[in-house]
Amino acid sequence: MSTPTITASVTIAGETVPRVELTPVAVDLLRSLWEEHGPLMFHQSGGCCDGSSPMLFMAGEFITSDQDVRLGQFDLAPAGGPAQPLDFWMSAEQFNYWSHTFLTVDVVPGRGSGFSAEAPRGVRFLIRSKLMTTMTPFAAPADSAETVEADAAVPLAPARSPA
Amino acid sequence: MTVYSVPGTPGSKVTFKSRYENWIGGEWVAPVKGQYFEDITPVTGKPFAEVARGTAEDIELALDAAHKAAPAWGKTSPTERAAVLNKIADLIDANTEMLAVAETWDNGKAVRETINADIPLAADHFRYFASAIRAQDGDHAQLDGDTVSYQFHEPLGVVGQIIPWNFPILMAVWKLAPALAAGNAIVLKPAEQTPVSILVLMELIGDILPPGVVNVVNGFGLEAGKPLASSNRIRKIAFTGETTTGRLILQYASANIIPSTVELGGKSPNIFFSDVAQEKDAFYDKAQEGFVLFAFNQGEVCTAPSRALLQKPIYDSFLGDAVTRAKKIIQGNPLDTDTQMGAQASNDQLEKILSYIDIGTKEGAKLALGGERADLGGDLTDGYYVQPTIFEGHNKMRLFQEEIFGPVLAVTSFTDYDDAISIANDTIYGLGAGVWSRNGNVAYRAGRDIQAGRVWVNNYHAYPAGAAFGGYKSSGIGRENNKLALGHYQQTKNLLVSYSENKLGFF
Repeated sequence: MSTPTITASVTIAGETVPRVELTPVAVDLLRSLWEEHGPLMFHQSGGCCDGSSPMLFMAGEFITSDQDVRLGQFDLAPAGGPAQPLDFWMSAEQFNYWSHTFLTVDVVPGRGSGFSAEAPRGVRFLIRSKLMTTMTPFAAPADSAETVEADAAVPLAPARSPA
Repeated sequence: MTVYSVPGTPGSKVTFKSRYENWIGGEWVAPVKGQYFEDITPVTGKPFAEVARGTAEDIELALDAAHKAAPAWGKTSPTERAAVLNKIADLIDANTEMLAVAETWDNGKAVRETINADIPLAADHFRYFASAIRAQDGDHAQLDGDTVSYQFHEPLGVVGQIIPWNFPILMAVWKLAPALAAGNAIVLKPAEQTPVSILVLMELIGDILPPGVVNVVNGFGLEAGKPLASSNRIRKIAFTGETTTGRLILQYASANIIPSTVELGGKSPNIFFSDVAQEKDAFYDKAQEGFVLFAFNQGEVCTAPSRALLQKPIYDSFLGDAVTRAKKIIQGNPLDTDTQMGAQASNDQLEKILSYIDIGTKEGAKLALGGERADLGGDLTDGYYVQPTIFEGHNKMRLFQEEIFGPVLAVTSFTDYDDAISIANDTIYGLGAGVWSRNGNVAYRAGRDIQAGRVWVNNYHAYPAGAAFGGYKSSGIGRENNKLALGHYQQTKNLLVSYSENKLGFF
């Protein structure tokens, strides 16, 4: 049986649409790492070097606080198995700039990524993104957006969720 | 034009060993668990050496060696330590090409940069801190007629340092030089993407330092970095990298109640006021180059000027000229001295950059240049090359808010001074910035109003020893490259002395 894509549950109060998913290859890797390390968590990084990638830690290793947002919770368990919850976190200040995008956690060959647990396997988690149709993309000031607005083909029309 | 021979081939400046162990206590020590990993050169995408896959056991060995060495090293005089640092600098200078080729092969960057910047700067940073430690005085105060307060600088003891992969040797030296000058013993973990060049440096300078004063353990972050950062046997942890690991490091430091300095990157604005285009003269040419510096080191610089802010009246003309200039960037074999842009440091870095080009397009940014992986053919066809890429958009796009760490520039416009500062500061980071203007008053004010630790005025990407470097906001804590860095590696001892023969009279 092939591994499915897993979509995270909605964990942000007031929201109804999921924000994060795992590709099948990410699911397989996470299940294998869960067997090796036990319960896991993601925290999305920003900044230099290995930044802008999701970092995988043993659950609770990274202390989250009110300065973090939990974007969703995955359940890695195969159908019928006991729950294997895995939270996906991001700092609140970073989320301010990411909130209009839907994130897909994928895996690529790679080397090294902070203290993230997948690195010794010779692979790395990678975020792929797409715009969420249910989110307002940007509240950009009109002035600084001029170069973009001048391009009629730009798909930036804000679309608010009716839900 | 010179094309350096591939390491290990006839005529090459450097031949790597097939396998590198850890450098502990002044000698090569095999990893306790006997495991190794391959080091891949980004130039061709092929492995070229095996490197120790260190674990907690190896970190303990390195800490043993460091603790053994620290007391005697900490008691040496500043004069003696300065002499050691100067000897290291001389040896680096005498081997510039060898180290430069090793660095280029490990990291992928163009050899003209390693020869002219990375390696000479590494030597100079050692010299700077050799001078700084000799010039550093303690202080004293006469608190009253019989009471004197003396303040002494003391080394912390054994410190941990975790190094990034973008300037493997230079970033190591930024941390090693002040720590050594201040009299500390060090356990250093290089990045697993670039584990070898620092070992080539240790091979060169190892004999100058007493055994155990500098120890290098390679390995993965989880397996070697975490045991180092969380150890209760270090008195300080220094880190350069990204925000999540930075927070984790600070968390480990809090558990041990030790200081930590962290440098966590940026999204640096490069602001061009209209008057730069007042004349098409040498200054205009310089400003144009300043714009194109986004591609320096393939964009793999924490302070890369990755957001260009152009004032509206010059937006089209300045950008047009700059795109024309960026088109002329020579991408090629990093060992060719004519090459201006080499390879990204790793496959996952390449993939990340391409993922940002993708989201930039989806967010509606307008591509002005590049936007694809570059296939340089021949032996380089599997190397990690990306075209210099320029997007036009606005500051709320993720392209403008996240450190891509690649040759990808996000350009937008601004109306007036206040708009420029507002856009420049609309970021969670505050590491670097550039301001370009012929008006000194405007440039000065902008430099002061931008919330960043380093603002280049009418220049960019200079990293001279002596100029303090470090971040505001989420870009981190601490300053490097300046004598201030000594304070991050020193304890303050206050000796409060009474020269009076008379009792207090309390009891």
